[in-house]
Amino acid sequence: MQIETSRLSMLGSHAVLFTPDCPFDLAHQQRIWAIADTAANWPDVREAIPGMTNLTLLFNDIPQDLDALSSQLDAAWDSGMSKLVEGTLLEVGIHYGGEGGPHLEDVADMTGLSVQDVIRLHSEAEYTVYAVGSHAGYCYLGGLDPRLETPRRKVPLTSLPGGSLSLAGMQTGVSASAGPSGWNTIGTADVKFFDPLRSPASLLRPGDRIKFNPLAVTP
Amino acid sequence: MIEILSIPPLATVQDLGRDNHWFQGLGRAGAMDPVALKLANMMLGNEAGAATLEIPLSPASFRFSEDQVFALTGAACGARLDDVPLPRYWAGLAKAGQELHIGPFQQGGRVYLAVYGGVDVPEILGSRSTQLRESFGGFEGRILRAGDILKPALTPPADFPSNGVSISLPELSQPRGETIELRALPAAEHDSFTDIALTAFWSETYRITPQSNRQGYRLHGPELTRDHVGELRSHGIIPGIVQVPGGGQPIIQLADSATMGGYPKIAAVISADLWRLGQALPGDSLRFVQTDLDGARSAERDMQELFSTLANDCKAMKRLQQGWR
Repeated sequence: MQIETSRLSMLGSHAVLFTPDCPFDLAHQQRIWAIADTAANWPDVREAIPGMTNLTLLFNDIPQDLDALSSQLDAAWDSGMSKLVEGTLLEVGIHYGGEGGPHLEDVADMTGLSVQDVIRLHSEAEYTVYAVGSHAGYCYLGGLDPRLETPRRKVPLTSLPGGSLSLAGMQTGVSASAGPSGWNTIGTADVKFFDPLRSPASLLRPGDRIKFNPLAVTP
Repeated sequence: MIEILSIPPLATVQDLGRDNHWFQGLGRAGAMDPVALKLANMMLGNEAGAATLEIPLSPASFRFSEDQVFALTGAACGARLDDVPLPRYWAGLAKAGQELHIGPFQQGGRVYLAVYGGVDVPEILGSRSTQLRESFGGFEGRILRAGDILKPALTPPADFPSNGVSISLPELSQPRGETIELRALPAAEHDSFTDIALTAFWSETYRITPQSNRQGYRLHGPELTRDHVGELRSHGIIPGIVQVPGGGQPIIQLADSATMGGYPKIAAVISADLWRLGQALPGDSLRFVQTDLDGARSAERDMQELFSTLANDCKAMKRLQQGWR
């Protein structure tokens, strides 16, 4: 099994990860959405789930031929096919900083920006839901200003409340329920991103958009 | 009905987990030791994935309010029905008013208590498992506590063997103190770790730390460093993936795993070996053994063969006992 130079790697005996080397932008994410739709119809693929410019495939059985799978995925990616989504726009009020945003000042330190500029840059942008995952209903957003890029925290927090707005790398998002997090948390929101009794249970899907509106500033 | 008289925290109702909602970010949940769950159901004649209790800590006790059949599998826990000691891996009858006591675990980390037809809780999004993070599924979406009353989905059959059914599992128990071996595949960032890290990872032992739960086990052992670093874009992860955060100590994601993450992945434990972690406790040590997809397939076949052997044993035992009446 030689897959070193491949974009394909194993996530388990019944799951693979496809990671094309590409820029992190909407155009490439639209290509991921497209091959996710295609791969979902391949025999034995249980689910095809977009990540951030990567794709996870879950299988019913242990895949028989990784080389063939790798070629199929390469061909689908190299075809350049793309999926455009006419998504909805959700406006979310955010309390930046304070108790619910314990790392706002860390982010200012790490980026060399003032707290006010962190808030301004973060709330001026319109974000696109690139992927849904981590926990139920959580949206990975593209569109973060590159000046807000920060490293993940070395030791993850064991529990962060639902509604926490965090960022790490070139990514940002609001947690849908309480849980562990390795990101930098800068604020809180009051939105139900997931409800098992709602259909669909997840509020947003890839291609939808979010705008954050600052409600109060507690530097 | 079965009343919970006492139970430590973190016991939940689980089945084999919630599939097909990864796209909504919803993890599988489900039994940490699916083998023990399936065996408990098999001994009762339930569907393989019927909902059971998963009990990760003891002591716990239960009272049966009418005649019931139940099965116990998983950890060796010195179980007693009133004063009668029960074999490990046992299914049988409880009379109305009898009490079931689960004692300290002598071996293993989780007990599964199954009832006839499975625990009667609503199916939500295709499963009866408790989704702890999202607080739904299982018993009211929460961990079980004293005073909870559990209902079996079906009335027990009149002809269940009166002496009970027990099976012996030569392959499925790991003496306490012995290193648990987990077969694993190299994952995406495997080759970005230093040679020293890789040698240590595949040969030395890691200890399960107390910061371990259904989401995942944090391990402690030789620090794992990478030749080149950098933030990864978030990607799918599944139970069994072994991530290494900046601190250099690995984390194995388990039944309540997140569906996406971004820490470097050194390896992935094959599905057939995940149950071993379900029976492991903080303080236990484990070692990763490198395998490939052929190895994973053969592990899966071994497990299927074991199940069909045990299923036949079970049927034979029930036939024998029913013949004695």
